[in-house]
Amino acid sequence: MNWNWEVIFASLPQLLEGSLLTLELVFISVLIGGFLSVPLAILRTSENPLVSGIPLFYTFFFRGTPMLVQLFLFYYGLAQFDSVRESFLWPLLREAYWCALIVFTLNTCAYTTEIMRGAIQAVPRGEIEAAQAIGMNRYHLYRRIILPLAYRIGLPAYSNEIILMLKGSALASTITLLDLTGMARTIIARTYMPIEVFFAAGCIYLLLTFLFIQGYRLFERRMMRHQKPI
Amino acid sequence: MIDLQGFGDQLLFGAWMTLKVAAGGLLLGLLLGIMGALFKLSGMRALYVLGAGYTTIIRGLPELLVVLVIYFGSAGVLTQIAGWFGHDGYVELSPLAAGIIALGISFGAYATEVFRGAIQAIPKGQIEAARACGMSNPQVFFRIVLPQAWRIAIPGLGNLFQVLLKDTSLVSVVGLEEIMRKSQIAISNTKEPFTFYFTAALIYLSITVIVMIGQRYAERWASRGLVRRSE
Repeated sequence: MNWNWEVIFASLPQLLEGSLLTLELVFISVLIGGFLSVPLAILRTSENPLVSGIPLFYTFFFRGTPMLVQLFLFYYGLAQFDSVRESFLWPLLREAYWCALIVFTLNTCAYTTEIMRGAIQAVPRGEIEAAQAIGMNRYHLYRRIILPLAYRIGLPAYSNEIILMLKGSALASTITLLDLTGMARTIIARTYMPIEVFFAAGCIYLLLTFLFIQGYRLFERRMMRHQKPI
Repeated sequence: MIDLQGFGDQLLFGAWMTLKVAAGGLLLGLLLGIMGALFKLSGMRALYVLGAGYTTIIRGLPELLVVLVIYFGSAGVLTQIAGWFGHDGYVELSPLAAGIIALGISFGAYATEVFRGAIQAIPKGQIEAARACGMSNPQVFFRIVLPQAWRIAIPGLGNLFQVLLKDTSLVSVVGLEEIMRKSQIAISNTKEPFTFYFTAALIYLSITVIVMIGQRYAERWASRGLVRRSE
C-alpha cells in the first residue's frame, strides 16, 4: 500500500474551498433554525394540546426521519407537483443549495425546539412565581426571566446539536453540492485515491469540530460568568 | 391513499434490509462500546489512549464519511491483504457488510461513553464485595457490573439506536438496497419522487415509534430486579 502525500497536498485547496461551503451551510441554518426554535418551543410548552400539537407534529416528523429522506423529499420530491414547478418559489427550490439550506434549517430547528422546550420547562418555578408576584406581564416574564435562563440551561445540549449539524451537512454532497465531502468525492472520482483524500477530509472535519468545541467553551464560560466562583 | 403502483412489496423488502443493517450495527456497536468503555476504565495508559482516540476521532467525523471510507477505502486494504495470502483478484466488502461495520463503529464510539458512565455509576463497594467473595475479574464484570450497567445504559443506548436507524439511510449511498435505495428504484420507474420518499419517511417514522415502544419494554426488563414498593 503506497501512501500518496502528493494527492493530499494537491487536493487541499479544493477541500478547503469545500469546507467553506460546509461552514456556510451550517452557520446559516443553525442561525435561522435557532431563532425559529424559540417561538416554537414556547408554543410546545403550552398547556393547550391544540397549540402544542402543531410544533409537536413538526418536531416528530423531522426528528423521526433521516435527514437524507428530508433532503430528497425537498430536492427531488417537490418537482412531482406542477403547482410547485409553476410557483414563484421554483427558482429557489430547484437549486440544490437552497434545498439543502431549507432542509438543514428545518431539521436543526426541530431538534433545537426540543432542546429549548426542555430548557424552558427546567426553569425553576420559584423564579416564575417571583416574577409574577412583582407584576410582570407574560411578555416581560419570558423576555427577562424565562428565556435568559432557558438559553443558559440549553447551552450544553445546543453545542451537541451544532456538532451533529456540522457532521450532518456532509449529506449536502448527495444532492450534488460540493461541500467538504462532495469535494472529496469529486477528487476521488478523478484520482482513485479514496483513502488519502478521505483521510485529508476527515482531518479537516476533526479540526473544525475541535475549533468549534474550543470556541464554544469560551462562549459558554462567558454566558455563565455569573456562576463563576470568586 | 398513496398509490405505490406495485412497488409496495419492494419497499417492504427495503425495510427488512434496513432492519438487518440496524441490527448488525447495533450488535457490533454494543461489542465495541463495551470494549471501548473497558479500555477507557482499564487504568492502563496504552488502552486508555486507544479508547479515547477511537471515541474522539469517530465522534468528530460525519457518519456519511465513515460509510464512504469503509466501503471505498477498504477495497484497497483488503486487496492488499488478500495479496499477501496469494490471492491476486480484487477484494471488496459488500454494501451490507460495509454498512454494518461503518454504523457499528459509529454507534460503538457513542456507546463507549454511555457504558463508561453506566459502569462508573456502580457502587465501588459491590465490586469490592465481589472480589472479597473470591470472584475473578471476568466474574465480577459479568455477574455484578454488566447486569446493573444495562439498567443505567439502556435509555442512552435507546437514543443512540434511534440515531443508528436513521443513519442506515446513508448506506444507500454505496448501493445497499434498503428503504431509500428501493425508493429510488421505484422512482426511476414511476417518476413520482414525492410519493415514494414520503412513503419512505412514513416507514422510518413507524420503525421509530416501534423502537420507542421496544425501548420502554427493554428498560422495564433491565430494571426487573429493582422493585419499587409504595408502602
